[in-house]
Amino acid sequence: MNKVLMSGNNIIGEAAIRAGCRFYAGYPITPQNELTEYMAEHLRTVEGGVFLQSESEIAAIHMITGASATGARVMTSSSSPGISLKQEGISSMAACELPGIIVNIMRGGPGLGNIRPAQGDYFQATRGGGHGDYRTIVFGPATCQELADLTMDAFDLADKYRTPVMILADGMMGQMMEPVIFKKPKPRQYNEKFMLRGAGHGKSKIIRGLILDPIDMEEHNWKLARKYQVIIDHETLHEEYKTEDAKLVIVAYGTSARIAKGAIKRLRDKGMKVGLFRPITLWPFPELKLRKLAEKINNFLVFEMSTGQMLEDVRLALQGYADIGFHGRPGGVVPTPAELANVVARHYEKKD
Amino acid sequence: MAKKVFSRPKCLKEAIFHYCPGCGHSIAHRLVAEVIDELGIRGTAIGIPPAGCAVLAYNYLDVDMIEAQHGRGPAMASGIKRMLPDGIVFSYQGDGDLAAIGIAESFHSANRGENITIIFINNAVYGMTGGQMAPTTILEQKTTTTPGGRNKTSEGYPVKVCELLSSLDGTTYIERCAVNSPAGVNKTKKAIKKAFQCQIDGLGFSLVEILSPCPTNWKMTPIDSCKWIDTTMSKVFPLGVFKDNTTAVKKSREAAS
Ligand SMILES: Cc1ncc(C[n+]2csc(CCOP(=O)(O)OP(=O)(O)O)c2C)c(N)n1
Ligand code: SF4
Repeated sequence: MNKVLMSGNNIIGEAAIRAGCRFYAGYPITPQNELTEYMAEHLRTVEGGVFLQSESEIAAIHMITGASATGARVMTSSSSPGISLKQEGISSMAACELPGIIVNIMRGGPGLGNIRPAQGDYFQATRGGGHGDYRTIVFGPATCQELADLTMDAFDLADKYRTPVMILADGMMGQMMEPVIFKKPKPRQYNEKFMLRGAGHGKSKIIRGLILDPIDMEEHNWKLARKYQVIIDHETLHEEYKTEDAKLVIVAYGTSARIAKGAIKRLRDKGMKVGLFRPITLWPFPELKLRKLAEKINNFLVFEMSTGQMLEDVRLALQGYADIGFHGRPGGVVPTPAELANVVARHYEKKD
Repeated sequence: MAKKVFSRPKCLKEAIFHYCPGCGHSIAHRLVAEVIDELGIRGTAIGIPPAGCAVLAYNYLDVDMIEAQHGRGPAMASGIKRMLPDGIVFSYQGDGDLAAIGIAESFHSANRGENITIIFINNAVYGMTGGQMAPTTILEQKTTTTPGGRNKTSEGYPVKVCELLSSLDGTTYIERCAVNSPAGVNKTKKAIKKAFQCQIDGLGFSLVEILSPCPTNWKMTPIDSCKWIDTTMSKVFPLGVFKDNTTAVKKSREAAS
């Protein structure tokens, strides 16, 4: 298969369509407009494809929920403030066990913030985000190739577990261009019994999250919890980079992990043995894999473009097992590998 | 043998309505069920109940149904209909659901001319949450959040949904009825049938507003509630067909093809 050079936002759109996404709804917001526009341009050229520019992010998430209920593969995308508005619908999809893909191309926040790349929505993404006891599978891609691969995988996972899946990237990932190869999508496996397409001559179906009896609601909560446990047990993904001989390991995801790799190259040139642990699924967080690393390494440094959010997951994994430092640049600042290398060097020397 | 003239509609389940005595929701449900039977669309219909007293409509209507969050029915209906153009998609909504929290979704689905049907129950209060002010609460009407009566300077004016939506080029059929008398019930059924037929024929957005008694929160007897619709409510919300473009749309389609 041929390599093509595309920008991140367009790659997500192309991968989604190749994976069989036939319904997209979204509301313009920078820095992800290229994705919305890509879907507008390309969904109309595939059979059965529908693009809808919604009146708001709230409407968009409920539009894709409706389309998903009919059995279509669906996606919506936005950036931070718009993702806040989608939370009602994401909670509802989780409750009703409907698959769908939500893309968050993060920007600086809180509030309107700015339109620069940031990672301040980690808590929102990995803790459920909306109300109630639920989780969302969250991918944190770090390369354009991963944007392509994980977008396709997201559709499969959403179907497999009948749950919303989020792709959490940032403005940098959305804009950058790299050559990618689109893999062949897997044939879809999704049972018709979950689709609402009119009762025909059969029994009518109900899809709902309203369960008034607390005992029944509790059982539904536990049922979802059991599903999330299966996801935790089977679906964590991470990358380890130069950790074999490392004395210090940076923990970073997405754009931060790219910067970290640049820093590691510089540090290694100076003889410092630094590696990277990169969670690819942010929820479920690869906690046990990280803790395993602490059997041989004692010095970790979390690096995020936020004031420290994934830091809490790293603490849950490593507190009591290893030392944890932190470097954060929130607000839309993208630090250089040189800056990070300096910070890491100080931590490295402190311990070594 | 005597001819049976009244029986349960086929697509009304054998369940006892949870609605208060004298509530208009039960009548509206029955009418929807009768129309679905008569049009033979039980197999293709997909209904969307609201957050509101009618949230459990899926316990009564024997068609495929999917719950919407408060006010989001028309957005969901848009998604369903676009993916299932042969389905007959309707949302059933109260006045808080449609005209307050969900006004953007109803306005824009109407404006896009989505080929869906909305059954809109106007009972001038928030029934489910205990009788607070709705966008359709009329001036001077007492509710739990307008204990001194709705005051235009602080609470604004009742929202007239039919008037508002019929001004949009995207809408095809819009009518306001009331279920406070046998004649009104018959008229309402005709309107609902026309609205669904409009969708079946692919003519675009249809909405039937139903002035509907809520004796519990109006703090009136069911009989007084029915009278109040005549004497007071329908003066603010006049009954009638606000828009019927079905013939025009049909003709322009025929001319185009
Ligand atoms: C986001 C959200 N806000 C508030 C509510 C609470 N709530 C449920 S129904 C309702 C109003 C119902 O009034 P209406 O739409 O007029 O329908 P009725 O009960 O009168 O039929 C409200 C405020 C909710 N379910 N969701
Ligand atoms: S509160 Fe009002 S709208 Fe709700 S069921 Fe009772 S009468 Fe009907």
